[in-house]
Amino acid sequence: MTAVLPALTGTEAEVRAALGTVVDPELDEPITDVGFVRSVAVDGSAVEVHLRLPTSFCAPNFAWLMVSDAHDAVSAVPGVESVVVELDDHSDSDLINRGLAAGAGYRGTFGSEAEESLDELRATFQRKAHTAAMERAVTALLRSDPTVDVAALTLGDLPAGEHTTDALLRRRATLGLPLDDGAPVLVHDDGTRPDPAQAELVLRRARSVRISVDGNAHFCRGLLATRYPGSEADQAPRPGDRPLLPLTVSKGTHP
Amino acid sequence: MYSKDGEQYHVVDSHIALWDARPENQRNIHGKQFIDCFYDYHRNLSPESEVWPYEEYLYQGGERLMRDVFVDGIVDHAIFQPARLAEFYHRGFGQTEEAFALAQAHPDKLTYNHHWDPRDGENGLDRLRADAERMQLKGVKLYTADWHGESRGWKLTDPMAYRYFELCRELGITNIHVHKGPTIRPLDRDAFDVADVDHAATDFTDLNFVVEHCGLPRLEDFCWIATQEPNVYAGLAVAIPFIHTRPRYFAQIMGELTYWLGEDRILFSSDYALWTPKWLVERFVDFQIPEDMTEYAPLTTALKKKVLGLNAARLYDLPVPAELQLPDADETATGPREPAAADLASV
Repeated sequence: MTAVLPALTGTEAEVRAALGTVVDPELDEPITDVGFVRSVAVDGSAVEVHLRLPTSFCAPNFAWLMVSDAHDAVSAVPGVESVVVELDDHSDSDLINRGLAAGAGYRGTFGSEAEESLDELRATFQRKAHTAAMERAVTALLRSDPTVDVAALTLGDLPAGEHTTDALLRRRATLGLPLDDGAPVLVHDDGTRPDPAQAELVLRRARSVRISVDGNAHFCRGLLATRYPGSEADQAPRPGDRPLLPLTVSKGTHP
Repeated sequence: MYSKDGEQYHVVDSHIALWDARPENQRNIHGKQFIDCFYDYHRNLSPESEVWPYEEYLYQGGERLMRDVFVDGIVDHAIFQPARLAEFYHRGFGQTEEAFALAQAHPDKLTYNHHWDPRDGENGLDRLRADAERMQLKGVKLYTADWHGESRGWKLTDPMAYRYFELCRELGITNIHVHKGPTIRPLDRDAFDVADVDHAATDFTDLNFVVEHCGLPRLEDFCWIATQEPNVYAGLAVAIPFIHTRPRYFAQIMGELTYWLGEDRILFSSDYALWTPKWLVERFVDFQIPEDMTEYAPLTTALKKKVLGLNAARLYDLPVPAELQLPDADETATGPREPAAADLASV
């Protein structure tokens, strides 16, 4: 089984890298960073991956997105011919694992509970991820210079090479928003600039989005560590592009 | 009543439960998954000294509930908010008769709210009428993620739900506590979406909509709705224990709620038996927004008194000694106000 260890290790590394491209849409973080990958087993050209989530009742639509994205990502790794991705310990584990194994797709798996697709859901959370990144970039600037005219900011005013700037640019690219130096920073979801009189309210609203996303990320990480003792070792620290919420994260208690 | 540093706090715990999740009551694996999920919440967010053994967590019974909730005389009144979960538990999760009997035995200390489900159709309307008369209901707890036969969730905007709201209005059931769990259907949309609260609150302005967990995990959407709907309130169940493990996050939750809703529409809830109220009240009274979070004003003693009890007492017409009452605050910068008067929709 593990006779050709170096080659297998190479494939496993590629599989893990592929899984690193799969993002929890709600937390806006790779599933490999939050500890959702429970195991990766490579046997020749066959790969079996197990995923885990913080609770049995995590929303099944997000669960499906992550599991099916993981299946797609691993299937695209060169040399991999058979892929099994399973979600463990979830209220919909049987349904999701059966549907994925049969290639039934979203609607085929969930039947009448699914209407068309999860595209709009994914888009909603890409917009939230952008809004949160926008708030982080603007607030970082405000912390260093409280007199900044938020309404007038353009991308060229943001410090180049900073994590918060790069993170914002990546999320703008996802939404198809302009990336040139003259493009406004504070924008509605459709890229239009708010009326200057409303700029403060738009920023306040963006802040509530960022707090929600960050808070959920911390809570989910903590719950996963409580549910699966030791899983905190599989969690990478929060990325450097979101430094503005210095929280004390408890690892929970294990009676 | 809780006293600290010469201040007196009249405490109303607006969300407690008397549940039975013991194995003999579990209908299927989901019954175990549900209580295990609660237990993970409990041990993830509790101080070590407050963590219970798993066996104790499954069921408390009335005697223990009275001790836990009213220990040291801190909590003056508590309100049952039961969840049915009939698909997960043989006799349901919330123990209706046991809790109702307890409330009848201690009317000065306990209020019993019941639940309804629009998927019970016309029969459920008759049932609600009978329940309201027998239990003298002033409020209900609605859990939109409850399973029901083939259905795994519903929305406040479902036509049948509106029939129930109309009946609540007729029966004087004015306090609608909404718990937005992960609603499964339709899967295409965000399972935690709170937009249906917006519509229902607009159409039933004479009912109060208390959104439990202050909309978490969608705090931002909740705040936005509550800004525009003066009859929408924030329940702090599940949010307040963050005061221990993630105080800076809790500071931001309180900062946001105060900014968008003001101090008159936030309600303290322990969510007993998820957590017990004593340590939460003590911590909350001592809590303050960290000084480096300059974007938020400090929490005043008046705000704490209102959140801990006065706001809920007003919704439920609970007696509060005259010397402990406080006047309403001014409107916040963002609301509450009539939707038509605010040009917020475009923001």
